[in-house]
Amino acid sequence: MNNQPLQTPDFRHDYLELMQRKRLYSGLILIVFVALLMSGFSLADSRNAGSFVDGWRNVFDFPASVLSEASAKVTQLPGHLVRFFPALVETVNIAAASTLLGSMGAMILSLLATRGLARWPRLIPLFRRIMDIMRAMPEIVIALVLIFVLGGGPVPAMIAIAFHTTGALGKLFSEVNENASLKPIEGLQSTGATWGQRMWLGVIPQVAPNYLSYALLRFEINIRASAILGFVGAGGIGYELKNAMSWGQGKYDEAAAIFLLLFAAIVLFDQLSGHFRTRLVKGAKA
Amino acid sequence: MTMIATDDLKGTADRLFARKRRMALAVPAMILAYLVFTFFAFDIPGLSERASIDNARALVADTYSYKTHVTRQNRTGEVSVAIEGERKGSYPDGTAPDWVSLGDETVIDLEGGHLVTFGINSVTYSVPGYGVITATPGNSGVELVLPGAEVPDWINASKTRVSITTEAGRLSVTKARSEVFRYFTGWELFFFTLDSPFHGKSFGELTRMVLSDTSTFPAILHDIWHNSMWQHGQVVWALFETVLMAFLGTMGAAMVALPVAFLAARNFTPLRTVRFVIRRVFDFVRGVDGLIWTIILARAFGPGPLTGALAILITDTGSFGKMFSEALENVDEKQIEGVASTGAKPLQRYRFGVIPQVTPIFLSQILYYLESNTRSATIIGAITGGGIGLLLTQAMITQKDWEEVAYYITLIILMVMAMDWFSGWLRRRLIQGDEGGH
Repeated sequence: MNNQPLQTPDFRHDYLELMQRKRLYSGLILIVFVALLMSGFSLADSRNAGSFVDGWRNVFDFPASVLSEASAKVTQLPGHLVRFFPALVETVNIAAASTLLGSMGAMILSLLATRGLARWPRLIPLFRRIMDIMRAMPEIVIALVLIFVLGGGPVPAMIAIAFHTTGALGKLFSEVNENASLKPIEGLQSTGATWGQRMWLGVIPQVAPNYLSYALLRFEINIRASAILGFVGAGGIGYELKNAMSWGQGKYDEAAAIFLLLFAAIVLFDQLSGHFRTRLVKGAKA
Repeated sequence: MTMIATDDLKGTADRLFARKRRMALAVPAMILAYLVFTFFAFDIPGLSERASIDNARALVADTYSYKTHVTRQNRTGEVSVAIEGERKGSYPDGTAPDWVSLGDETVIDLEGGHLVTFGINSVTYSVPGYGVITATPGNSGVELVLPGAEVPDWINASKTRVSITTEAGRLSVTKARSEVFRYFTGWELFFFTLDSPFHGKSFGELTRMVLSDTSTFPAILHDIWHNSMWQHGQVVWALFETVLMAFLGTMGAAMVALPVAFLAARNFTPLRTVRFVIRRVFDFVRGVDGLIWTIILARAFGPGPLTGALAILITDTGSFGKMFSEALENVDEKQIEGVASTGAKPLQRYRFGVIPQVTPIFLSQILYYLESNTRSATIIGAITGGGIGLLLTQAMITQKDWEEVAYYITLIILMVMAMDWFSGWLRRRLIQGDEGGH
């Protein structure tokens, strides 16, 4: 106390110096980051088949030719929309079924991988690694292998998406599980309930709204994934799109109809799931 | 009066319970009904006809084993030995592994007593416990002589082709050529191809070579990097390209979305029309979806990492824009007021009142997308042709290089997990370091 106290100007000086150094570092990091990004783009450009400078004028050529052909044959458009609607339904069905299967798998795996709830606490790391690997697996990898074995169609896509969904939702679900109250479980245990009963009656009612909210978000993502998998031969609207595209000019009106359907479906389900998710979250708060 | 109230309450409770019970049964029943519907809609009962068990067996066997072909052209008598029957895996003329002895008569030892001899005129296969099978290729086809009268089911014989499959290997004889396949476990020539001087050396031997003469080390690396069978160099480049696509796409999208998101946030843009237009633009680029952007961009730029990066960039600009503007709408006004009370100008208010609040949220979203986009980049690469996705589809199209497919799948999983770990690590570092407020 009796030592010479620091004077305000000292503080001020120290503080300003510190701030200056911090700002310098931030600036340097920003410069390095921008340089990295620029060199990354130029590297990507040099390894690309066509370069950005040559190609950017052509970006709108393809959409323009699709649009012009579609507008020339605009009378056929409603017919195409009706014709490709079943394919869209198949794509949505693939997404829905795989989301359902994936959620169920994720529910079981996440309960087995949550501390305090696990059936076999020693095996928690094992189940976590299983989820990590399932999550890391891109859908297309499984789909391509399964198409070779099972033939084309919706089943390979469904299995592939469900597999990845299980891992992705499993991680989110186990985060939800960690916040679940253990009291109902203890209560159930005191009545002699089995592990399955404890989970089904004690945990699931607590976490169901959050599960549902994540599953809806996943459903949205899975519709896109299922359209992409169709493009590599797994049925649905993606498959029709690939066919229409490979015909090239002359079938672009069909491609336009498919684009339209896919776009409408994605936006519709985005809005629907967004609406229900806000309701779920608000309901949980009340 | 209280009695009635209790009765009422009881009645309500009973009704509520009954409804709960109905719900508890109805939801699983609906899910079950839907799954039954898809079971038939996706024609799962008919799957067994479409599924090919042979394909599955070949796929699984090929991922952990490989076969060496010993082939004789029956007319010229020329014998060649090649791993997987590929030119890249051929033994140089006149050389063979030690279980094949070349000469006028080529003797192939399949171990366990199985012995195949390519004689001058005929091919003999001595199977232990069965006897000697002789197949003579001639002008009219292949003549088969068996020790027994009956043809066992592991021998498949027709007039033009004889094929014998045992646990030691496979022999097939046609008019033009005789061929023996011997199976080995493992991935063939993973480090060195046959033309490399280091082929067949053990790890210890290689270490000793490097220790005695350090100049061999670059040569060893060169041979591994340019391995023509596995193309390690190209694979590393492809992995790098995939990560590059994800990085450029994510960061580019974040940079584009950040300023535009302010225009879409209610508390920063009072003009309704501007907000409305910007939001619809976000919805549009998100709704068009990466698949369609990929198709459009691939038409303009051709296949490659730039196309993939731009497709990710455009799609995610929509996602980031939406999330960023929502985060901006939820900022705490008090901090901005506090900064404003010191006489800060609007730009300074943003810099010190808003940015510190939203940086952690933005960063964690960007880093989450970086990991998820590594997976998207693999998928986009498989569609347009670029990165590891392209190598994967190329290996699958051949329908026989399944060991390479397994290798690529392993690499993809490791790559995604590494990115997951990296983004998590970065998130913890940056956001913890940022809790001070700046």
